[in-house]
Amino acid sequence: MSGVIKSSLARKYAMALSGLFLVVFLLQHFTINLTSVFSEDVFNEISHFMGNNPLVQFVLQPILIFGVIFHFFMGFVLELKNRSARAQNYAQNKGSANSSWMSRNMIWSGAVILSFLVLHFIDFWFPEMNYKYIESLPSDPNRYFEEMVHKFVNPIRVVAYVVSFGFLMLHLLHGFSSSFQSVGLNNKYTRGLKSFTIAFSIVIPVGFIFIAIFHHLNA
Amino acid sequence: MPIAFWLINYNMNLTLKIWRQANTTSKGEMVTYPIENVSPDMSFLEMMDVLNEQLINKGIDPVAFDHDCREGICGMCSMYINGEAHGPDRLVTTCQLHMRKFKDGETITIEPFRANAFPVVKDLAVDRSAFDRIQHAGGFVSVNTSGNTQDANNIPIDKHDADKAFDAATCIGCGACVASCKNASAMLFVSAKVSQYALLPQGKIEATDRVLNMVKQMDDEGFGNCTNTGACEVECPKGISLENIARMNREYLFATAKG
Repeated sequence: MSGVIKSSLARKYAMALSGLFLVVFLLQHFTINLTSVFSEDVFNEISHFMGNNPLVQFVLQPILIFGVIFHFFMGFVLELKNRSARAQNYAQNKGSANSSWMSRNMIWSGAVILSFLVLHFIDFWFPEMNYKYIESLPSDPNRYFEEMVHKFVNPIRVVAYVVSFGFLMLHLLHGFSSSFQSVGLNNKYTRGLKSFTIAFSIVIPVGFIFIAIFHHLNA
Repeated sequence: MPIAFWLINYNMNLTLKIWRQANTTSKGEMVTYPIENVSPDMSFLEMMDVLNEQLINKGIDPVAFDHDCREGICGMCSMYINGEAHGPDRLVTTCQLHMRKFKDGETITIEPFRANAFPVVKDLAVDRSAFDRIQHAGGFVSVNTSGNTQDANNIPIDKHDADKAFDAATCIGCGACVASCKNASAMLFVSAKVSQYALLPQGKIEATDRVLNMVKQMDDEGFGNCTNTGACEVECPKGISLENIARMNREYLFATAKG
């Protein structure tokens, strides 16, 4: 059994399933962010719930962090292993003739997303942990919207976010549909599923970009 | 010789940059050879034959390359031409590639299929016996040939399944999938062999062991992992579909669950 777990195919399933899990999280995060465009109160209410509900804080959040670390770690391990499968490279290799740029550069789009996550954690997650668990400041259900808008005043941060979402789009354009192929789903629904994944991969990052620019312009 | 031949000469002069390597352990290098008067109607291998004749006449060691049937069905020819397995044409092997695909004065880069699992034997010839060992691990159906064997045609098989099994069986095991894959993954080849049997009732009996053993052998040979770039499908001279890889992934998942 341990041989099976270490097999190339098991690693493929692991990448696909952790990726799909992160896609679900992305949709949830986007939905909450989107409310900030329409209603300050709704955004505050949901943020307060997510930040204080014990199930979200102490069960879902650790699972999410594990999922993120696992996906990145596995991605880098696989990249190193795959690169070592061809010690001598070609003098001339025309990858563009047979595959998309996104599919050949998942490691780079992934690295940009990882850098973005570091910035995002510094911007939001660490201050939040500090507020709640280190300084144990009094609970304020109306602080979230103001804190978030304040972050998007700086145009450099907005540009960094927009660029990162661009790379997220490239990563999803290959990764989302690819994960279904990895777990063995390739049938009469594949074309429809692929169209859905392409639409999702464009709409969600563009939506995140819209929200960042919206708050920058309205700050 | 017809007069028209002298009036219109379409023959080409080319520059070939070819990987030369004396043996598996020696260090290779790209060597440049000019070649003149190449007919656009020559196959790529005929052009290589002409080059080798010229090299032999000059006292230079001819370029070693694999070939056999020269009609696209044996899977022996294996060159990486201008950055693509079997060259710029689609659904052809190197022996079916014609010089009309190239332009007069062009420089053509010719390399062996590169993967750790395919060590170079000499120049452009590589050792693809890793594929044979994967086949030996499970790419067969155990049939009792004692004389009481039932005629295969007596077993009704869904036409769609039969067609898909046949499509998978057209894989000639040339290794273009491995050569084209940025990860040097052999999954298109292995999945074609797994699918070929998984779709037919004769192959179902050993399906669980087959997929587990073939994937294990594939991993042991040192091929990389599939990241679904799809390069293998595009470069495959037989058009083997990525659908086969999905089927293998499925088969492996079920086989693992079965134990």
